[in-house]
Parts: sequence; C-alpha cells; structure tokens
Amino acid sequence: MSERENILGRIYEALKVPAPLPGSHGNAGDNASAKPPTSHAREWLPSVGQSVSEQFELFAKNAADLKADFQLLASRDELRATLAKIAAAEKWSRIASHDGEWSNFASQSLGLPVLLTDKGYDVQSLEKCDAGITECDALIAQTGGVAVTSRSAGGRALSILPPHHVVIARREQLVADLPAAFELLQKKYAPDYPSMISFITGPSRTGDIERILVLGAHGPKKLTILCV
Amino acid sequence: MSNFVTEFKARATEKAGDLRHRTVIRTALRGYEVVRDKRKAAFQSWESARQAAAETKWEAVNHLDEHLVALTSKLEARGTKVHWASTGEQAREIIAQILRDKKAHCIIKSKAMTSEEIHLNHALEKEGFTVVESDLGEFIVQLRHEPPYHIVFPSMHLTRGEIKDLFQKELGDAPSDSPEDLTMVARRVMRQKYITADVGFTGANFAIAETGMISITENEGNARLTAALPKTMVTLIGIEKVLPHFADLALFLPMLATAGAGQAMTCYNTMYSGPRQPGECDGPEEWHVILLDNRRTELLADAEQRDALHCIRCGACLNVCPIFRNVGGHTYGTTYSGPVGAVITPHLRGLQEWKHLSNASSLCGACTEACPVKIDLHHHLLQNRRNASASEPAFFEKLAYQIFGIVANEPRFWWLAKKIGWLTQPLQNAVKGSALDPAKAWTKTRDLPPQPRETFKDWWRNRQ
Repeated sequence: MSERENILGRIYEALKVPAPLPGSHGNAGDNASAKPPTSHAREWLPSVGQSVSEQFELFAKNAADLKADFQLLASRDELRATLAKIAAAEKWSRIASHDGEWSNFASQSLGLPVLLTDKGYDVQSLEKCDAGITECDALIAQTGGVAVTSRSAGGRALSILPPHHVVIARREQLVADLPAAFELLQKKYAPDYPSMISFITGPSRTGDIERILVLGAHGPKKLTILCV
Repeated sequence: MSNFVTEFKARATEKAGDLRHRTVIRTALRGYEVVRDKRKAAFQSWESARQAAAETKWEAVNHLDEHLVALTSKLEARGTKVHWASTGEQAREIIAQILRDKKAHCIIKSKAMTSEEIHLNHALEKEGFTVVESDLGEFIVQLRHEPPYHIVFPSMHLTRGEIKDLFQKELGDAPSDSPEDLTMVARRVMRQKYITADVGFTGANFAIAETGMISITENEGNARLTAALPKTMVTLIGIEKVLPHFADLALFLPMLATAGAGQAMTCYNTMYSGPRQPGECDGPEEWHVILLDNRRTELLADAEQRDALHCIRCGACLNVCPIFRNVGGHTYGTTYSGPVGAVITPHLRGLQEWKHLSNASSLCGACTEACPVKIDLHHHLLQNRRNASASEPAFFEKLAYQIFGIVANEPRFWWLAKKIGWLTQPLQNAVKGSALDPAKAWTKTRDLPPQPRETFKDWWRNRQ
C-alpha cells in the first residue's frame, strides 16, 4: 500500500468515532452545514465604515500605522510628479516594473532604465534595481494592505526583492474588508488562479530582536501606495 | 522516572530561579499583551469569530480525509508533486531524495516548525547539504546550534547584546547592538543566498481544500523570496492544517495575526497554488508538497482530544502560560512547548514519557481563554493526567490514596491521625526540605500550614 492509502486509511478509521462539537464539552455530533461558519466573518471583523470616503480614511490610517506611504492622487500628472519626487529623493538609477497600463505609465514617466520582469529577467539585475513598481488587485481598507498576484504584479519576485515597492492602484480597487477581497479574487480568477496571491500589509518587518520593530527584514524597506 | 522528567525538572528548577531569564521574557511579552488586547478589541465580536473558527476547524479535521483528497487533486492538477509521509523519517528521506535528484548544494528555508519536528536540518547536514535558515529568529538560533525557544518568536530569550556577540563571533560583522543594525547584517548575509540556493523550503500555515492552495504567513518576506527565486520549492505541512474554503482565510488570517503577535494582519499572507504556471515569468519550476502524519492520526483517533488538531500554531497559549513564562521554552525539550505542546506531545511522542508536561500546569485556564480556535487546553491537560494514571497507575501514589481513603472514612483513625500529626509536626519543621523529610519534594519550596490545636469538632462542641 502507498503511504497515501495508509494515511487516509488511518484517518478513516480514526473518524469513525465522532468528536464533541466545539464549545459543547463532550456532546458528540455532526454539524456539517451547507453554509460555512466563516460566511458571516464580516459581522465580526473590525468595522470599516459605510461610505467610500470613510473607507479611504481608514485605509490611510491603517497604512500610516504600518509605516507605509499612502497617497491619494488626483490625476496622472500628479502621479508622474509624485514618482519623480520620490525617485529624486532616493536617487533611483534603475527601476523594475511589468507590462500594464498603469505600471507602464509610471515606469516610463521617470525616464530611467526599466527592467520589465514579464518576459523573463536576470535575478541579479532585479536585485540591483532601486525600486519595483507594480499594479495590484485590491486595496483593503480594513487592514491597510494590498493584494497582488503573480499575474497582476509582474511575477513573484518583483514585489519582494527590490528595496522599495511602489504600488500603483486605482480608486475603484478599494474594497472594504477581507471577505470582499477574497470575493473579488474568486470572481476575477477562479478556477484558474495565479500561482501566487499575496496580501501585503505594510513594508517587510521583524521583531525577532527583543520584540523591537525593524523595517526591511528581507523584503522591501519601503512600501509606497499611490492611488489615482 | 524517565530521563525526560529528570531533565525537565532540572531545567525547570534552574530557569525558574534565573531572574535575568524572567526579566527578558517578561519584557518581551509585556508589549505583546497590550497590542493583542487592542487588536482583539477592534473586532466587532472576537468571541463569535473564535466560535466560527472553532467550527470551521472542526469541519476540516472531522472530514480530514475528504479535504486532503480534494486538496491533493487540485494541487496535482496544476503540476505540483504531492508526497505523503507517515513518519518523520519518511519525510526526511523524501526531501533528501529531492535534493539528491536536483544535485543541490544549498537549501534555503523559511520558518517551519514541522521541519523542527522531524529534525530535518540535522539529517540534511549529515548528508553534506548546506542548510540556511532565513527567518531572522531562526537564523540566530541556528548560529547558536539550539532549537527555537518559542514557536512564533524563536529568539525571544536573547538580548541584543548576546545577538551582537553572536554575530561578531560567527559572522565577523556586528556594527552595534541596535536591533536595526543587527537585522541589516542578517539581510545582507541572506540576500545572495536566496539567489544562489538550489532549493527553497517552506512550512505552511493553512492548506485550502477548495482551491488547492498552501497559505504562508510571515512578516519578514523571507518565505516570499524562498518561494520566488530557487528553481525547486519544497513545502512540508502537517495533515491537520487544512481549511475547507478559500474564503475561510478572511477570518483565519487576521485571527492568527491578532492572537499570535497582536497585529491586525501579518505583513505577508501568501497563497500558492502551483509551481510557475504557463505565462508566468518566475517562481519554481518544480514544487513538492509533503503531507506529514507523524502520529497526528493517533491524536485524531482520540475523539475526546481531537480538537487539539485545530491548533493554528499562533503561540498565544505559550505567551499567557505562567509555567511557560517561568520555566521557558527550552525546558520542555519538545518541538511544541507551552500548553498546546503539553497536550499534543504525549500523543506524538508517547504518553508515559511525556505525561509530566501535563502536570507542569496550574490549570488556571489562561491558555483555553487565549486560544483563537477554542481548544479546551486545560481540560486536555487533566485528561492526559487521567489517561496516564489509568494506563499505568503509580504504585505508591495509589497506595497512599487507598490508605488515605481508609483513614478518612473511619472517625477513630481520623482522630488518631490528627493527634499523630499534631505531635509530629514540630519534628517535621526540624528536617523540613532535607533528605530526612519524607515530604521533601513538596516542602522544599512550600510551608505546610501549622495544624490547629483545636479541631472543627472541638470548636463545634464548645459552641453548643
């Protein structure tokens, strides 16, 4: 017999005796219901406010708590100017990005050499880039985080390897909470999901030394979210 | 007494008296409690969320076979190789064989308690592979050749000064003792390793049956890099990590972050559903997922304690446990320490050898209250005690209680015992805690209250 059959066999045998239900302290039973218990998650998770402006406010507050830089911009021109300001302040000389309407606009607006990851790339060159500019799938007001995928954000490494990750988002990408973000991903991709989906909530961090927060443990030291 | 008990007692005695250790742990956990409470309060209903999480894990664990079959077929449909391992030895051999096939030299790892459980590093190093732990805390304890102190905070027992000295000695690079500088040393060391490693290894926090995904939670980004750059990726996951639905993560991710570290959401929560897919520009060419039993099915067979498999390894029960905080993580001598470790280790490694962990508890219930998936932890500690004494009663303990039963049931014996106690107690004080004291294990650290000269019966009689 294969180990698969062995393990599944042991599980099948073990489950012949029903387990007590959670919180019942000893009463066995089977409560397999059609609706998963988590389908009400929205009612229990931190509240997010009703209107879009409240949710943008919450996103901005959460992002600030996480030490991410979030800016709500009025136009493409403002996006171009903001990026130029960051590039000058950090003395960018080389950036990485991927093919996309907004990422193309952003990366080309700077007039710097751009490494596009889409068609394959050299990892050492990507490591030397000063920033990775990507699009995203959603901004999540509840957490102040962004959702990216290997399909929407230039692969797996672009949003994690360069020291500064710049996300270009559009206003309509804001969702209220985590359940909404999962719904969106399901609608957009199921059943053919990108091989990586990542919820990025603030710049890379660690507290492994005396539980003191340090940014930029292995991933980006800076996370900038520019929303047009 | 087994070696494990003797060692546990010796280490516990030493650590409980170590004031420096106590201060370090207390400082590390004080901040945690404040932020955790703040995050819990932000939930509209933390209690309902706990109940739903418990029910969801109940569904997952009590239909584990169905969920594992669904998970496997979804993973395989997208080109992932799924392996099954009944024992730690089998899992080690599967991983070593992958490394041999790939003619690998270096394997880079993100944090995985399952790999600690099967002693993977040791086995791979013996075969000549270079193993690099990339999580900062794991990297630090690897340099010290010791196991992680805590399942979530591996190096919480060390001060910045100790880490600076360690980096200076092992890496020749420690500009100062500031956490920022020390973290940047690790970042520099690790950068090229992600790029040059042949194989990336990860653990997992959840496996989604519905969509065939493995979800990894981390703050540093080391798991993201491990899963992005090496050509081959290997993931080792306990079979109990399954969740039925993709959308369940909307609840479990913030709960894990809140209970585990007092965060609203951990920095990176990433779901992988396959190796690099057609049209994608990076990611591993091959992905191996190893489903590990290693006696989890034995715990599953115990319906009464089955809910211990609901554990999402957040570490909340360790953080609030008065025993853990006093004796420290290494004292347990187990991969999983604290209350949940005391509950599951007897199932995973033998009840008689590890029953002492269930006695190292004040049964205060703080663990049960802290658990985000409502595992009945302190009741399971009691059940372990009961099971241990039922399967192998301690002769002298049993005898002592039988004698006590006879004495307590017979008024004349009881009267005699009281008189003897009253007469001999002053003698006990003279030998208290020394080798001559028959009750020294108890009296070494405790005072026996003086037996009153007037008994309740006397008092009652005098009132009438």
